[in-house]
Amino acid sequence: MIELAGVYKRYGRDGGWAVHDATLTVGDGELVAVLGESGSGKTTLLKMINRLLDPDRGSVRVAGKDVRAEDPVALRRTMGYVIQHAGLLPHLSVGDNVAMVPRLLRWPAADITRRVDELLALVELPPATYRARFPDQLSGGQRQRVGVARALAARPRVLLLDEPFGALDPITRVALQAELRKLHRELALTTLLVTHDMAEALGLADRVVVMCAGEIRQIATPRALVTAPADDYVARLVDVVRTQRGQLDALEARDGA
Amino acid sequence: MASDLGELIAGIPPLLASHLALVLVALAVAIAIGIPLAVVLARRPRIAGPVLTVAGAIQTIPGLALLALMVPLLAASHGLGLGLSSFGFAPAAIALTLYALLPILQNAITGLRGVDAATVEAARGMGLAPGQLLRLVELPLAAPVIAAGIRTASVWTVGAATLATPIGQPCLGTYIFAGLQTRNWAMLLVGVVIAAALALILDAILAATERAVSRRPRGRVAVPGGVLVALIAAIFAVPRLLGPPATTAAAPVTTAAAAAQVTQVRIGAKTFTEQYILAELLRQRLAARGLPADVVSSLGSNVVYDALRRGDLDVYVDYSGTLWTNQLARDRGAPRWQILSEVEGHVAREHVRSLGPLGFQNAYALAVRRDTAQNLGLRALGDLAPHAGTLALGADYEFLSRREWTAVRTTYGLGFGRTASFDPALLYEAVARGEVDAISAFSSDGRIAAYDLVVLDDPAAALPSYDAMILLGPRVTDDARVLCALGPLRDALPVDLVRRANLMVDHDHATPKAAAAWLLGQAKVVETCPP
Repeated sequence: MIELAGVYKRYGRDGGWAVHDATLTVGDGELVAVLGESGSGKTTLLKMINRLLDPDRGSVRVAGKDVRAEDPVALRRTMGYVIQHAGLLPHLSVGDNVAMVPRLLRWPAADITRRVDELLALVELPPATYRARFPDQLSGGQRQRVGVARALAARPRVLLLDEPFGALDPITRVALQAELRKLHRELALTTLLVTHDMAEALGLADRVVVMCAGEIRQIATPRALVTAPADDYVARLVDVVRTQRGQLDALEARDGA
Repeated sequence: MASDLGELIAGIPPLLASHLALVLVALAVAIAIGIPLAVVLARRPRIAGPVLTVAGAIQTIPGLALLALMVPLLAASHGLGLGLSSFGFAPAAIALTLYALLPILQNAITGLRGVDAATVEAARGMGLAPGQLLRLVELPLAAPVIAAGIRTASVWTVGAATLATPIGQPCLGTYIFAGLQTRNWAMLLVGVVIAAALALILDAILAATERAVSRRPRGRVAVPGGVLVALIAAIFAVPRLLGPPATTAAAPVTTAAAAAQVTQVRIGAKTFTEQYILAELLRQRLAARGLPADVVSSLGSNVVYDALRRGDLDVYVDYSGTLWTNQLARDRGAPRWQILSEVEGHVAREHVRSLGPLGFQNAYALAVRRDTAQNLGLRALGDLAPHAGTLALGADYEFLSRREWTAVRTTYGLGFGRTASFDPALLYEAVARGEVDAISAFSSDGRIAAYDLVVLDDPAAALPSYDAMILLGPRVTDDARVLCALGPLRDALPVDLVRRANLMVDHDHATPKAAAAWLLGQAKVVETCPP
């Protein structure tokens, strides 16, 4: 579904490579997490898929077609895009935020109304209560649900998420992660999730792409990543989760004693 | 007094309407230019800096100067084939537009730059095209800041528009200028209060619009668009509600129009009492012949002659010496007959017709208090030379930069210790109260006698003579009705009568209208046409 081949990107002439020789294939219906620290190039990689950025070298293909041959505006309307803090338009109601892309695509009004209610129900925000609210009347988690509903409005087959849960409290984050997994499966989406949270990547993704300093260090299933890290960097990332688990175990052991 | 007040109130609607039209046109154009320009500049900080600097520099030019500057600029643009009048509405509207541009531009750029980058990025990622991004996201989010800029601009423009009077645009400033010059405080107050009220009301309307628009449930309409539509609608609706816009929303006069019969005569008046009285006197003479006329008052000296020459005005009273120095650019005096004949020849070549001297002079002269004259033994200008270094000279706004002053100064070697500019209305009181020792006075001013001032002789004739004379513009040079009405005024107004008429207004608070009627009643007018 999404194929990146030998992709390079740098900002300005003198800067280093933000993305250096990235090759990656995301299969139809797959959920892939791109994991890395800030500055690792993971967001740059994501933005080259919906042409918010264009690579300096290499090719990006979606559904077999080179994205460079497509009109960027039309291309983006075929993909859902969710960012941290959701990026909702503060001057529009929840309903209008969700309806934005269908309106731009000139859907019939009745279809849009039906779709908005359907989506709000899907992300577990009762439409009657939330449709007319404004973003500043919502909690962070609710806003992110609206962000997901908005991204799904025009029935995209591809969903791109850039640290969607990064700013949420842990309980909300875990709940939304589970719902994302469910939506991904039910709607048969192809999903690319950018995150800096190893636990999130391991728990959610079919495969994990580890990036560091613009390069892809490893592409593997969560299990393969844990059991056979490709290098020291990946091993250290896995160790972090392990250490956290160890601390938790130790606490529980002490309680039990 | 009651009828004066009634007249004052009756005069408000047309002035208010033309004031409002001026403000709304200037604002609408400033919005129409400023917001698109801000959209372009918000993305180009390198150009935005210099543009804002230029707009800021325009803002520092005093309003009156900026308005006055438009007159020669527009006159020069006539050569480029632009059909804009350099008198009245056009120069005023252009100057005010420039004035309104800065706050609108500055706020719009600030507002657009302040839109959250992540929100814009998310919208872009959803598939909004650049135009949609601007219309649906950036402009609505910047709207509160943009609207604040428009409100600032509207308040400034209402205030600055009062200064459009001297370039021939009737507005609330007409009451303010005339009220100040003729010491009609009621008139002055009415002008000031209505202008202030207009500014507050306009601001309140814009604030209400802003609130209504920001509460609007969905954001399909660009906010500034709505404000703009409302303003433009108001421009077309309001003047109609308030009555016909005052005369000189001046359509430029074409030669074809000049040939047609004039139905409404436009009389000009400069910024002092005598001019208001004479303009009113001309109006009454024309009215008696069945020719309606209106007066555009408080005009600058050069503005009024140029407006007459180009046909924006039809008639006013000027002074031979003024034309001698301003239009013929002579810097020395000359015998009275020579000045008159050369001036008449000069204006005739510009298709302006002189109806000859009215019978009095309003010459520049230097006047001192009687006690100053006695203590220092002053009789003539030359006597001032040894004392000038310790004396203060008060002058009207024009005098110190005029050739006459240069001539007097060099001829008699006068170097005053201090000079100060005053509004002509305050000049005589300033010398009487001792704030200055000498003033530039006018020989026909009744206050010379009223304040017991001494006019110093000019034995070297450094100052030219200033015969008052009626000038006719190209539309009416051969109009028999105008000639019958105004021709008999030649040599009909002796200086003592004019002084008393001036004093009636300046000292006794009579209206120019009443003074003009009195003056006409006293004048020895010999009719030359059958009634």
